[in-house]
Amino acid sequence: MSKVFLKLEAIEKRFPISGKDDYIAVTDVDLDIKKDEIISIIGHSGCGKSTLLNMISGLDIQTEGNIFLENKEIKGPGPERAVVFQNHSLLPWLTVYQNIELAVKKVMPELTKDELDQRVIKFVNMVNLDHATDKLPNEISGGMKQRVGIARALSIKPKVLLMDEPFGALDSLTRANLQEHLMRIQQKVKNTVIIITHDVDEAVLLSDRVIMMTNGPEATIGEILEVNLERPRNRVELQTDPEYIRCREAILSFLYEKFAKDDD
Amino acid sequence: MNKETLKKIFLPLIVLIVIIQIWSGIANIVEDFPTPSTTYTAAFGGINADGDEVIGVLSDPFYIENQDDMGIFWQILESLKRVFGGFALAIIVGVPVGLMIGMSKNFQYALDPYIQIFKPVSPLAWLPLLLFIFQDITITAISTIFITSIWPIIINTSLGVKSVSEDYMNVAKVLRFTPMEKVIKIILPVAIPYIFTGMRLSLGIAWLVIVAAEMLTGGIGIGFWIWDEYNNLAYANIIIGIIIVGLVGFMLDVIMGKIADYFDYRKKGRV
Repeated sequence: MSKVFLKLEAIEKRFPISGKDDYIAVTDVDLDIKKDEIISIIGHSGCGKSTLLNMISGLDIQTEGNIFLENKEIKGPGPERAVVFQNHSLLPWLTVYQNIELAVKKVMPELTKDELDQRVIKFVNMVNLDHATDKLPNEISGGMKQRVGIARALSIKPKVLLMDEPFGALDSLTRANLQEHLMRIQQKVKNTVIIITHDVDEAVLLSDRVIMMTNGPEATIGEILEVNLERPRNRVELQTDPEYIRCREAILSFLYEKFAKDDD
Repeated sequence: MNKETLKKIFLPLIVLIVIIQIWSGIANIVEDFPTPSTTYTAAFGGINADGDEVIGVLSDPFYIENQDDMGIFWQILESLKRVFGGFALAIIVGVPVGLMIGMSKNFQYALDPYIQIFKPVSPLAWLPLLLFIFQDITITAISTIFITSIWPIIINTSLGVKSVSEDYMNVAKVLRFTPMEKVIKIILPVAIPYIFTGMRLSLGIAWLVIVAAEMLTGGIGIGFWIWDEYNNLAYANIIIGIIIVGLVGFMLDVIMGKIADYFDYRKKGRV
C-alpha cells in the first residue's frame, strides 16, 4: 500500500433543513495525510473546517464519502483519534492528574497501578505542569488548561491528534507559548496532527502542509500549500525567512483576495 | 468582632423587640391570647398568671406518661422519622426517574405531563385517598410526604443531567465510555449539585407537609401536638409549637445545605 495514513475520500456533509433543500456545508473533500505529518486546515468561519475535523474524529458523520485510517474505515469516535477541544473540556471536578488518569485508565486498562501512575506523571511533566498536578481546572490559567488537554490527548497514544482551534480562546502571548510546547513535544514524540486554525502565522509555523478551505456553503479544499521549513523552527528567525514569507503571502492572498469574506 | 458581625447580631435583636411589642399588643386586644411572658412560662416552667406552679414544655421534653402523652422531644422525633421516611423514598425513586428523564427524550415526553399535573396538587388532597388505601396513620403520613416531595427531586435531577455540557459527552465518546461509565463518571458529578438542590427543596416541603398531615391523622407528632394543644385551650403551647417547627425546619435546611456544598465540585478549589 501507499504511504497514505489517513485518507479522506469524496467527503460531503449536508444538514437537512425542513421544507427546503439540504444545506451543503462541505463537499468533495479528498485528502491524503501521511504518517507523522502536521496538517493545518485554515479558512474563514463557516467554511466547515470544524465539521471536517468532527467527521475525522467520528463525533459527526459525513453524509457522503469515506474516511480511512490505516486502510480501516472510521466508524464513530475512538481513542486512536484523540481530540484537543477548543475549550479544553477538562472535567472540572477532577484534578489535572485525575483528568489524565481517567483517559489513560480507560484506554489502557492493562496497566498496573504503578504503570498507570508513571504514565500520567510522564504526560503531566511533558507539558511542564508537575507543579499543578493536584490542582483543579478552576485553579489554573487558560493556557495551562489547554496544556492539560494536550497531555490528556497524547497520553492515550493516539494515531492522530485532532486539534480544533486549540489556542483560539487564548491571548496571543499564551498562544505563542503553547505553540512552542506543541513543537517541542512533536520534536520528541512524532504524531500525526491535524490542526484547525484561523491564524495564518500559526498555520505556517506549525505545519508541513496547510489546507486552505473555500467559503461555505459547499466549502471544499481550495489550495494545498507545502511549507518547506526546517525543524526546529524559530518564530523570530522565521520572520525574515523567504520561504516563511512566501507561505504567509500565499495563505493571505487565498483568504483575503481569492476568497475574501465580508462579515455578514 | 467586626462591624458586620455586630450588625448581624444586633439588628435581629431590635426586630425581636418589635415583634414582642406587637405580640403584647395583640395579647391585649384578643381575649385569652397568651402574652410573651405567659408563653415563656409555658415553655420553660415557673409560676403562671394565676399563681400556679407549671412545668414548662421545654423543661421536661423527654417525659413519657403513656402512649398518648409524651414530651415534646418524642413528638418532634416522631415527625422527623416520618419526614425522613418519605424523603428517603422520594430520593430512592426520584433520582433514578430524574436521571432517565434527563437522559432520554422519550422518557421526558412520556412523564412530563403527569409531573406538571401532580406537582401543584396539595399534599392534603392526597391524604384522604392515602389514608383510605393504607388505613394506617404512619404509612399515610410517609406516603403523603413521598408523593409531595418527590417532584423537586425529579425536576432538579433531570435539570442537572441536561446541564451536562456537550463537550464532556464528547470526551466520553472519544474515550468510548460505556453508558454506565457515562452516568457514573460524567453525568452524576455534574448532576449532584442539582440533585442536592432538589433534595433541599424536598426536605423543606416535607417538613411543611408533616405538620398539616399530622393534624389530620392524629396520634403522635408535632403537628398533632399543636392541634391537641388547641383542643386543650393551651394557646401558649401553639406558639411554642410554631417556634419549634420553625427552628427544626431551619436546622434541617442548614444541614442539608452543608451536605450539598460538600458534594458540589463548584464550591471547591475556587481561586
